Amino acid sequence: MGSAKSGARVQRSAKAGLDRIMVSPEGVELHVSVAPFMSRVWALVLDLVIISLISTGIGILCFLFGFLILTGSNGGDMFSLEGPLSFIVIVWIISNFVLQNGYFIYFEMGDRAATWGKRALGIRVASRDGGRLTAEAIIARNILRTIELFIPLQLMQTGSDILSGSGISGLTAFIWVSIFASFPLFNKDRLRCGDLIAGTWVIRDVRWNLDGVVAPSVETHAHPVTGRGVARYEFSDADLSVYGEYELQTLESVLRTGADEALVAVARSICNKIGRDWDTESRGGDERLFLEAYYTALRAKLERNMRFGKRRKDKFSDGV
Amino acid sequence: MADISANPKEGRAIDTVVLKSDRFRLEREADWARLEEIITKMERGKARRLSDEDVLALPTLYRTTLSSLSIARESSLDAALIDYLEALALRAYFMVYGTQTSFGRWLKGFFGGGWSRAIRDMKLDIWIALSVMIVGTLIGYMLVAGDSDWFYALVPGDFADVRVPGATEEALRGTLFGAEKQNGLGIFAAYLFSNNAQVAILAFALGFAFAVPSILLLIHNMALLGAMLWVFAQRGLTADFIAWLSIHGTTELFAILLAGAAGIHVGRSIAFPGARSHLVAAREAGKRSAVVMAGVVVMLFCAGLLEGFARQLINDTALRYLVGGGMLLFWLAYFFVYDGQKKGPAYG
Repeated sequence: MGSAKSGARVQRSAKAGLDRIMVSPEGVELHVSVAPFMSRVWALVLDLVIISLISTGIGILCFLFGFLILTGSNGGDMFSLEGPLSFIVIVWIISNFVLQNGYFIYFEMGDRAATWGKRALGIRVASRDGGRLTAEAIIARNILRTIELFIPLQLMQTGSDILSGSGISGLTAFIWVSIFASFPLFNKDRLRCGDLIAGTWVIRDVRWNLDGVVAPSVETHAHPVTGRGVARYEFSDADLSVYGEYELQTLESVLRTGADEALVAVARSICNKIGRDWDTESRGGDERLFLEAYYTALRAKLERNMRFGKRRKDKFSDGV
Repeated sequence: MADISANPKEGRAIDTVVLKSDRFRLEREADWARLEEIITKMERGKARRLSDEDVLALPTLYRTTLSSLSIARESSLDAALIDYLEALALRAYFMVYGTQTSFGRWLKGFFGGGWSRAIRDMKLDIWIALSVMIVGTLIGYMLVAGDSDWFYALVPGDFADVRVPGATEEALRGTLFGAEKQNGLGIFAAYLFSNNAQVAILAFALGFAFAVPSILLLIHNMALLGAMLWVFAQRGLTADFIAWLSIHGTTELFAILLAGAAGIHVGRSIAFPGARSHLVAAREAGKRSAVVMAGVVVMLFCAGLLEGFARQLINDTALRYLVGGGMLLFWLAYFFVYDGQKKGPAYG
């Protein structure tokens, strides 16, 4: 765990301030980024909605079964809680308890280490020290939800139910829980109190598909004299010294996703930068071929320098 | 777009690729794809359907990918590739170092000594909680003994019914031995369990604030008990009251004692971490307390059953003492004598 950022890599997370490094047991630095506060909030809201839906579902089922039993036994007393009817009430009470306390624990113990709400928001729980996420940690972080979450909910519903017995007034209690709720905003790793005592944090669960190779092979034609393959576009060392890694990766993203107009615009500005005229360059070619050629040449140069330990972050850095 | 999204498997030969770093990538892509496939299956909870080969390959593929990532970071400027590898390595890391204890195995470790060990590791906090509870009971008793109006301040209305200062011996005896309606005992037990468990969890969770609220909650609850004790003691029913209480109370109060102790344990670790950092101390205490709390829920479940059924069904003081004392002995022996498998702490 640390806060150092990786060398020249372009930061792609929403907030660079949330990027962290976690060292795997093999000693490799893994880049993680802490889940933003609002993702946490939305995940929680989703989870609460899901919990209340399940709870309502169980309630309706219990009611239906009770109704069936009553009509089956021919006019039983709705209010005498005996026999199968009492069993249903027990199921309802216990299932609500299990749901409230078990939902988060069950899902966070799974392989995804995330509740449905967290999955929807693309975040997950992880151990802060890079070790295993243990069952104890999951239990610990979720037990604290009682004071962080369920008491404020009860406060809103019933106006201080549990706390009324302990001599804490509603307002005091409300201030108290507000402190807990905003706790993640006051530490850089966005830890809840539960995370604090469990040694966990919530991080973004990023997944990318592997995109194809950009400019896989530059189109060549035979050189009239030597007969060897020669690239259609060639760039001098000076042409390639105007940009750094940041511009290279911006060009990469344009090539991967950009529309044709964007490609033309980028091609024009590169030509201006290296003192060529796009209109003459484009004759007999097109902007994609030009950009791919430039991209490949620039990347070849920067990667060659990289192997000698010389990196150039962007066009404002010193050239090498 | 066809040009850039072309899949290497669709026939692009590695030799025609200009950049070294792209060759590096094309040579290893298949391994990454296989790792990704295995991980995706595992994440969907289909780990059991993985073939033996896949299971065996996972650690190797994971290490290969880690080393690919290290190389790519130092030699490739393909941002999409690095992003992909970063995410893949992290996902694989979570699978390889995932929770990996099945719930069944965790339960076995928990009952087979993990729970007892966690409790033995917080002896000091248990002593603190115990003294706090005794003091709380004494306070409640003495306050009401000094001025019986205190009773109404300590005991919430719905508890009191006929059990108030000045109640007759008959009325009080009735609450202890009266054939309370035996309908819906199960519901009562379930309700008691869910309610008590929530209070115990609260007692623990409040410990986070340097243990003070946990202690206050313990004192308050025990003062209630002390006040009630005084009411019954006034009519010479002390022994009967304690018997009535002990049948489930030894389990329930023990559970609340442990919950409070767990809260104090966490609060104390945060306030006085000793040589460890605050975060490390909180983490160790938190995990240990989580084990104890899982046990507290189990105990309260037992207590709910005892309170809901046994207390109403057993109407004899001696027998009540026997059940209550037996439960207490059982818990004490299990926590402080039983050692279980000596395979290190379950909360490791």
